[in-house]
Amino acid sequence: MIKVLDSGFYSTIQDLGRMDYQAYGVPYSGVMDVYSAKLANALLNNEMDAAVMEITMTGPKLLFNTVTSICITGADLSPKLNDKTVKQNYLIPVKDGDVLTFGKLNYGFRAYIAVLGGFQTENVMQSRSMYQGITKSFRLNKEDTMSITTPVFPICDTHAGLKVNTAHFISTIIEVYKGPEFDALSAVQQTQLFKQHFTVSKDNSRMAYQLNEAFNNNLKAIITSLVMPGTVQLTPSGKLIILMKDCQSTGGYPRILQLKDTSIGILSQKFIGSKFQFVLNDL
Amino acid sequence: MKDFNLKYKPFGERSILIEWPSKIEKSVLNDVLIFKNTLENSNIKGLVEVKCAYSSILMSYHGAIEDVYGEVLMLKGYYEARVAPNKSAFNLWKIPVCYEGKFGLDLQDISLAKNMTETEVVRLHSEAIYTVYFIGFLPGFLYLGGLVETLYFPRKSTPRLRVEKGAVAIGGTQTGVYPNESPGGWNVIGNSPISFFDVTKKEPCFAKPGDEIQFYAVSKSEYDDIKTLVDAGVYQMESEVIHD
Repeated sequence: MIKVLDSGFYSTIQDLGRMDYQAYGVPYSGVMDVYSAKLANALLNNEMDAAVMEITMTGPKLLFNTVTSICITGADLSPKLNDKTVKQNYLIPVKDGDVLTFGKLNYGFRAYIAVLGGFQTENVMQSRSMYQGITKSFRLNKEDTMSITTPVFPICDTHAGLKVNTAHFISTIIEVYKGPEFDALSAVQQTQLFKQHFTVSKDNSRMAYQLNEAFNNNLKAIITSLVMPGTVQLTPSGKLIILMKDCQSTGGYPRILQLKDTSIGILSQKFIGSKFQFVLNDL
Repeated sequence: MKDFNLKYKPFGERSILIEWPSKIEKSVLNDVLIFKNTLENSNIKGLVEVKCAYSSILMSYHGAIEDVYGEVLMLKGYYEARVAPNKSAFNLWKIPVCYEGKFGLDLQDISLAKNMTETEVVRLHSEAIYTVYFIGFLPGFLYLGGLVETLYFPRKSTPRLRVEKGAVAIGGTQTGVYPNESPGGWNVIGNSPISFFDVTKKEPCFAKPGDEIQFYAVSKSEYDDIKTLVDAGVYQMESEVIHD
């Protein structure tokens, strides 16, 4: 069992999401940064869709009442086990009574904690991903406890680890495809979209990332149609909104771009003030 | 069967969007549903889910679509060969609504603005038969067509931070039921004790696109009785099969 002594800024349990409930208006949810989450599970030899803990900006304080192994990937939040610094992207053996804490954010925005066998939290509609109205709780709170499978032989090979691709955290390129309403933009607008630098605004969450720059807009609203994580919407006031994993299944704003799957992960490691450029990746 | 001029667009690396002429119309909905049904029964390789909205279908695949051109050609073939399912596959659901007291928060505003009695607003709202176009916005939120024009009423300029679960509301040209507590800008005229979304069920929504909904007014005490049965999981929804 693992107990939450402090939840941090925003911590949730996520797996790869709910795949076939969109038609009922249920968001996909799932880890924002698939690359980092899969890496954590891979290092533990877990199933790729094993549930991990997604932590945002500041880390939680966790008490382990069990023997297990964990792996921390994604953003570097200076993890410490019993006040001793532990490595990111390496297998960490954990004993009964150990306490995991985090400190300063060095790079990235979201980190992932995987445990051997995955977090065994509530499974609703074939997923453990937390979402309001679907799971009992939409985020982790102080005093929450999570069960995990107790390993017969915990892995102790602390050499299992690897160097991560740092471009994933510092890249300022977000690869996109044309969205369904891209062709309705003027040639000038299309050029501007790929020339301009955009900045992540304070309105960024698991639902959507809004961008600071106003973009000249003369497109009419569309009749409500289908959207998904990675869809870039252009609002009547000229704001660009990039939908993320907890987004609604439908929307009425023109969909001018669609992020490449891997770019959703890259964007999810960015926060207020981060700058980037869209690069068109034609199909 | 009338053939619409459909557009097929790749939408990201794992999806294809199929678009009908941009209209909110029953003839478009019927064709969307016929094609959706055909696609779902065609064992298309790698397909995860077929979703629909007013005039579009989104096909989502497990992995990247390698040959979009070939896939679109195949989909066009399925469109040519589509067959209408039996109309009796759809239901008309009768939904109890209490329009009284604290449930009808904005009923007075609407009746004053429209120069109608509240009873008249309730009569117009519960007389119509609404068509379910699709589910979106919130889990279990039904997009309904068929609100009578005299009840069109603009959304509130400042949305409420909290609209109750089951709230029946009017927003612009649409009416709908909030399946869960949520912020919202529609004008609340009543509340339904029926559960529109149940996570424990394999089919979490009882209604599906193409079904019809009719509201009927109940008193507060009838509301409470139904609510008790719903909460106990023993309420029998009233419905009938739709015939042409």
